[in-house]
Amino acid sequence: MPTSWLRALLARYGAGVGACVLALAGFWILLLILLPQLAMVDFSFRHNLPPAAQGGPQDVYTLEHYAYLVYGSGQEGGFNTVDLLVFGRTLLAALLVTVADLAICYPIAYLLAQSAHGGWARLMVLALVVPFWVNEILRAFAFRILFGASGVLNDALLGLGLVAEPVDFIRTDVALYGGLAYAFVLLMVFPLYNALESLDRSQVEAARDMGASVFATHRRVVIPFAKPGISAGCTMVFMLSAGALAAPQILGGPSSLWFTQLVYQWFNTGNNWPRGAAYAIVLLLSTLLLVLLAMRLFKVRLAQLGR
Amino acid sequence: MTATPAGGTKPAVEIDGVSVRFGEFLAVRDVRVEIAAGTFFSFLGPSGCGKTTLLRAISGFVEPSAGEIRIGGKPMTGLGPNKRPTALVFQNLALFPLMTVAENIAFALEMRGVGRAARRRRADELLELIALPGQGDRMCHELSGGQRQRVAIARALAAEPQVLLLDEPLSALDLKLRQHMRSELRAIQRRVGITFIYITHDQGEALTMSDQVAVMRDGGIEQVAAGKTLYDSPASAFVASFVGENNLFRGRVSAVADGRATVATDVGPLRAACPAGSSLRDGDAAFVFVRPEALRLATDDTAGMDNVLSATETAREFEGRFWHVFLEVGESRQRATAAQVHGGVAPAEPGRQLRVGFMAEQAVALPAGPLAAE
Repeated sequence: MPTSWLRALLARYGAGVGACVLALAGFWILLLILLPQLAMVDFSFRHNLPPAAQGGPQDVYTLEHYAYLVYGSGQEGGFNTVDLLVFGRTLLAALLVTVADLAICYPIAYLLAQSAHGGWARLMVLALVVPFWVNEILRAFAFRILFGASGVLNDALLGLGLVAEPVDFIRTDVALYGGLAYAFVLLMVFPLYNALESLDRSQVEAARDMGASVFATHRRVVIPFAKPGISAGCTMVFMLSAGALAAPQILGGPSSLWFTQLVYQWFNTGNNWPRGAAYAIVLLLSTLLLVLLAMRLFKVRLAQLGR
Repeated sequence: MTATPAGGTKPAVEIDGVSVRFGEFLAVRDVRVEIAAGTFFSFLGPSGCGKTTLLRAISGFVEPSAGEIRIGGKPMTGLGPNKRPTALVFQNLALFPLMTVAENIAFALEMRGVGRAARRRRADELLELIALPGQGDRMCHELSGGQRQRVAIARALAAEPQVLLLDEPLSALDLKLRQHMRSELRAIQRRVGITFIYITHDQGEALTMSDQVAVMRDGGIEQVAAGKTLYDSPASAFVASFVGENNLFRGRVSAVADGRATVATDVGPLRAACPAGSSLRDGDAAFVFVRPEALRLATDDTAGMDNVLSATETAREFEGRFWHVFLEVGESRQRATAAQVHGGVAPAEPGRQLRVGFMAEQAVALPAGPLAAE
């Protein structure tokens, strides 16, 4: 029954508070999420007209902006290789960041959930959370200082005599991937921790007792158990790094663009909102599609992500 | 304290002076036991006596701080749980929730790289053994508690261990099922013929299933013997008070002769048997233990009894097979309990005066020592 949860809500909080909660949730979903996105969808199908011509006879729906992403201005008759390359590289890099975050956070979360006790666990959580009190831009600049040509890392490498001249971490995008991976560490650790925390320790011991190696124990027992958490973490990190703007702006190399930077350019310097909207919607839909595809591949149901 | 082999010839497990220390706390202290191959051996003790730690030391999850464990004659020092010829049935079973029953059972084989078809065959054989044929494709949560229990045992047996270790696996079951599983476990042990080491705080489980029982207290072994011997001839005050019901009379030895001691107690001098090798001497502080079922009430014939006391009945409770008769004995009005077989005896009114008697052979005199907590 679709109304049973409604009745339960009203019974629990009474008609007044219940209606208030419903109104707030409705306001949140409709006004703050759905309507702005729909406005963007609408935008993306319109010509970029000066304000005077908007609503006039020229203001009809068009696929021009989507076509632009694929074919460019159409003068060469070929594809818009520059933008498509940026698009593909962004998705690939976001995937890389996601995998890197998973590799870093899985051991941390496992340790936190299964081995750490009391004071140590609290200290570890604190150490993970505190850096995120610093704002995003400041953190990105800190990474620039860390990875810069005369940065801490290069100074150390030069001082130790490991390299003869400074490594260009910025141009090779090492700083960018590092910064993005770092930015979303918490979004990976906590879903993983949440899933692993409910894993009964004796399951791990039972696997060991049955002759499983450490690797096999994780492959057959721990990872399948943590799969909902892994999916939740990966989904968030992937979506957010594909959609990140500050880190690519600050840490990206001079020749490498992030797809969000293209969106930003169309909205801002290009003064072409419909095209920016079309680009943003392509990014949203393709990341969504990739996530759903990956979930099907790894046999995770959407409802499990909420656990 | 060496277990006499009941079934096999050479010991399957030798625990040679094993101690386990956690920081300041000595969880297991200098345990020496030999467990004969093919027997059902239990470690019995109250919670916190170190029995689970000892089991974890045998399975390899805990490394002894001193001493050595040998299985099949081979020292186990430094070998992890995945390298030992043991398999553990966990207290909470620890079945893998995302695997089917057959996958659970064949897990050890999968880890050894046995092929899918062979694994399935072995799982089906073991399901046959535990009387769950054809249940291999179900998920564990679809099974009842007793069935899950048996799957956990089958999973451990699939590893083909020399020794199966069981950590209170019946404690989560209800009474009826627990009693059924006792005989089931014993039957499985006879069928597979390997050594079972069973950890429990439930003396009923230990006594009914085991060939040999080791009673533990404070990390050490108090006595290793067959169940009947533990009950009839406890070696220490702790064993006497822990295994079964017992009436306790405290006193001091006034005479020892021919394997009998006379102990001066608050209720008068009591004559009781001394176990073989008893160290009791004149003047020693001693406890006399008498089983409730050994006490004869005056409605029976107390003539010819070695000990006769006057008593007042304060209450009685109906247990089913017998009555608990609560008494106050002697002038000091010490509490005691007698068990009377239920045979149409009419409940008497409280306050009835009685004579209570028992034979010296049915009582045991032991050096005073720590008792099991009530």
